[in-house]
Amino acid sequence: MHTLSLRGLIQALQTKKLSSTELVDHYFKRIHKAQALNAFIHLDEERARELAKEADKQLQRGNAPHLTGIPMAHKDNFCTKDMPTTCASNMLAHFTPPYNATVVNRFADHGCISVGKTNMDEFAMGSTNESSYFGAVKNPWNMDHVPGGSSGGSASAVAARLVPFATGTDTGGSVRQPAAFSGICGLKPTYGLISRFGQIAYASSLDQAGLFANSADDLAIALQAVAGFDPHDSTSINQPVPSLTEQLNHPIKPLRIGVAPDFFSQVDTEIQQAIMDALKVFEQAGAEIVDINLKLRPYWLPCYAVIANAEASSNLSRYDGIRFGYRTSHAENLRELITKSRSEGFGMQVKRRILTGTHVLSSEHFDTHYVHAQKVRRMIADELKQTLSTVDVLIGPTTPSCAFKLNESHCDSPKYQLSDQFTVPVNLAGLPGLSIPVGFNHALPIGMQLIGNHFSEARLLQLAHAYQQCTNWHSMIPGEWK
Amino acid sequence: MTWETVIGLEVHAQLSTASKLFSGSSTRYGAAPNSQTNYIDAGLPGTLPVLNYKAIILAIRFGLAIHANINDLSYFERKNYFYPDLPKGYQISQFRHPIVSQGYLDINCHDQSTKRIIIDRAHLEEDAGKSIHDTHDKYTGIDLNRAGTPLLEIVTTPCLSSATEAISYLKTLHQLLRFLGVCDGNMQEGSFRCDVNLSIKPQGVKQLGTRTELKNLNSFRFIEKAIAYEVQRHQDLLESGEQVIQQTRLYSPDTNTTQPMRDKENENDYRYFADPDLLPIKLSRDELNHIQQTMPPLPSTIKERLLNDGLSIDEVEFLLTSPEHVHFYETVKQQSQASTKVIINWLKGVYAAALNELNVGFDKPPISAEQLASLLDRLTDNTISTKIAKQIFGKLITSTMSVDEIIAAEGYKAMNDGTELESIIHTIITQHPDQTAEYRAGKEKLLAFFVGKIMKETKGQADPEQVNILLKKHLRA
Repeated sequence: MHTLSLRGLIQALQTKKLSSTELVDHYFKRIHKAQALNAFIHLDEERARELAKEADKQLQRGNAPHLTGIPMAHKDNFCTKDMPTTCASNMLAHFTPPYNATVVNRFADHGCISVGKTNMDEFAMGSTNESSYFGAVKNPWNMDHVPGGSSGGSASAVAARLVPFATGTDTGGSVRQPAAFSGICGLKPTYGLISRFGQIAYASSLDQAGLFANSADDLAIALQAVAGFDPHDSTSINQPVPSLTEQLNHPIKPLRIGVAPDFFSQVDTEIQQAIMDALKVFEQAGAEIVDINLKLRPYWLPCYAVIANAEASSNLSRYDGIRFGYRTSHAENLRELITKSRSEGFGMQVKRRILTGTHVLSSEHFDTHYVHAQKVRRMIADELKQTLSTVDVLIGPTTPSCAFKLNESHCDSPKYQLSDQFTVPVNLAGLPGLSIPVGFNHALPIGMQLIGNHFSEARLLQLAHAYQQCTNWHSMIPGEWK
Repeated sequence: MTWETVIGLEVHAQLSTASKLFSGSSTRYGAAPNSQTNYIDAGLPGTLPVLNYKAIILAIRFGLAIHANINDLSYFERKNYFYPDLPKGYQISQFRHPIVSQGYLDINCHDQSTKRIIIDRAHLEEDAGKSIHDTHDKYTGIDLNRAGTPLLEIVTTPCLSSATEAISYLKTLHQLLRFLGVCDGNMQEGSFRCDVNLSIKPQGVKQLGTRTELKNLNSFRFIEKAIAYEVQRHQDLLESGEQVIQQTRLYSPDTNTTQPMRDKENENDYRYFADPDLLPIKLSRDELNHIQQTMPPLPSTIKERLLNDGLSIDEVEFLLTSPEHVHFYETVKQQSQASTKVIINWLKGVYAAALNELNVGFDKPPISAEQLASLLDRLTDNTISTKIAKQIFGKLITSTMSVDEIIAAEGYKAMNDGTELESIIHTIITQHPDQTAEYRAGKEKLLAFFVGKIMKETKGQADPEQVNILLKKHLRA
């Protein structure tokens, strides 16, 4: 069952060749066997099985919503009122919100069954999933390696076929990078396409819900269910969502692919080669490769760091131990209560970002750091939009290297810092970005990133789908999990 | 040395919206703690603010009324600081681009001249919750009902020069806000709160002195007293060669003194930055025009209109106490044949006394304007006397009957019919020939005897004045 595509599973359920109960049972067996991956923070098997029974009844009656009976998983920074929502932090280790994120509601409305909440870097801050209060997640392709982050649990779970698809969030690459590291497809849509309501904020102007699946086709199905305006999120875009699945099989010609030489400097040779090979597939399908120049590339990472940390420092101010979340047991006064609750509740990575963010917003540094970064952000966005008006898509590696070894990367190591370098500009400009698997380096997956203009998800998925019709990287399953 | 006082005022006016600035919770005052707090107000993780457009309309309405610039692009910023009753760890406010800037309000001075007070800015922000320190022994209670209530912070330049001017400005502003329907102005409930920034300097000197800020003064009287105290304190310090320390001070009505709250030196760095959860506020010309066209009349316009109605300045001031006063007056006027004079006298007299006794205002009138109009109509067409009208007025407070129904039920109607009264008088005189003779012989005290008889016969419904006149006429005959 787990080798079937999401489309295949939907068909099997709707034609009653398969029951949701069987499907949920099958996936839970896999989840239990895969405990070593540490992909989940919370599982709700009992409820999932009940929902599966309900789904089967509904499928019997007919007219069941499209995704009825399909198991899935949510990253643990999406609020769920039936399960704890921890953000992989001691701060929220025992927090259950009284509401569902819009993302959670939309998938539930389409009939999906959430099996549990996936592990992640604490408050979505990290690229390895090692900053989780609940421990590191393993990469199914090699248990000594990380699955990437911050949405490492979702990536690992989808890669090991523990769920057909899962949600993630992407602030600077947190969907695309773990998708690349774990050999699966990961989409970060245009900012505002999916509601942020109930998605616990890291950096609000960059945060966007995203999806993990095993093919572009599966991503299109899942995105169709969740995308669209939400009155509870002022930054969500009020415009109709086109039919994504319909456009999937349209011919891709004529196609202009922009490739920047910059995308290949400081990138592992094997990754460079894999991208070149993938580009050839498009060329054979009639695409034109265009050399482009992105002058502002050196500013991508510093600009991102200033803005993301600034917003994070403010977004995380609400965790003061007073109304919810972790509260210290030994405080003499108010100041101590807040200080100790935050010192004990947050991990190192989170504290580092709060401190940096507080620094760049302080009146002394505001103009030279924050205001400056905002101006640079606008220039970066303009350059990318301008470039994307001359080509259909920008293609390059998702990451400069493959999955790090566990415990290998320290926050200050250049390798770690540079791992986000190709993903952050997409968030700064609010563009959609898609990572798909295009090969292996020493048995670790390689990801290729496709970047399109605003609301070009259909186009990106169409290109990825065309590629996946000619290749089979996306259907490869890590040995142990076949 | 002669000193000049320099005062700038910051007023926090709670906007009269049914729901909060960024959530659907009610803003009603006085509910059980935290019963009007939803998860957005409580700042729970994952929640997002959604702007209440009504607050924008009210802010702009105010801006138009003070001839200010309405900034067609303004945005919300986060003011970051920790406090237990500030749920998100930041207050959503406006800092660099307030929605309203550079307006003015003309106030009346004692010598009948007017002074133009410059309003530097008015910006939108959310109110904080309340820390309650006196209900629990060991800990502080937090009530978030107020958290997220929309506020308009209205800031003057330091252009006021005395407590009297400050009070005159505040009263004018208070009246304007109420008549615009922007703020209910209830100071006890904290709908209209004032902070005073005050400094003194030697007369003629340009450079401002060191200022202190007086916080959260909730009555005009306290504001006046606090300013007087603080001016004297500055003066005493400076004249004895000491320095004024820049600080925030709280006024205590019990001691009539001010005490330091916190030093400005230790003030938070608020780290203002544009709130990424909210879009900038952009207004189209059409939207602005619509707000302009639907503006309620300004108090100055109403004043002119009422003076033209023939009301005296005192009477106009009485009506301008609240928009409800004016509305009530105008409704009665529209529906009644009674003269302006009769209406205003009744409102200022009988009606105001009744409101006072019932401890309510014209917003909750115990007798509707329609009922009062019909009562004054019966008075005007002489169906009833003033005395009876007052009796009916008393009954109307508790009765569900109309004025005419009460008149019919109580048999009031006929009594002021002169002919019927004359025939009763005639009968009484005929029935008492001895007393009549004595009266005619000069024992005028007996008039009271006849009045008594007649009032008894008419069950007290006759107009005593009319009875007197008619009796005298018949007794003389």
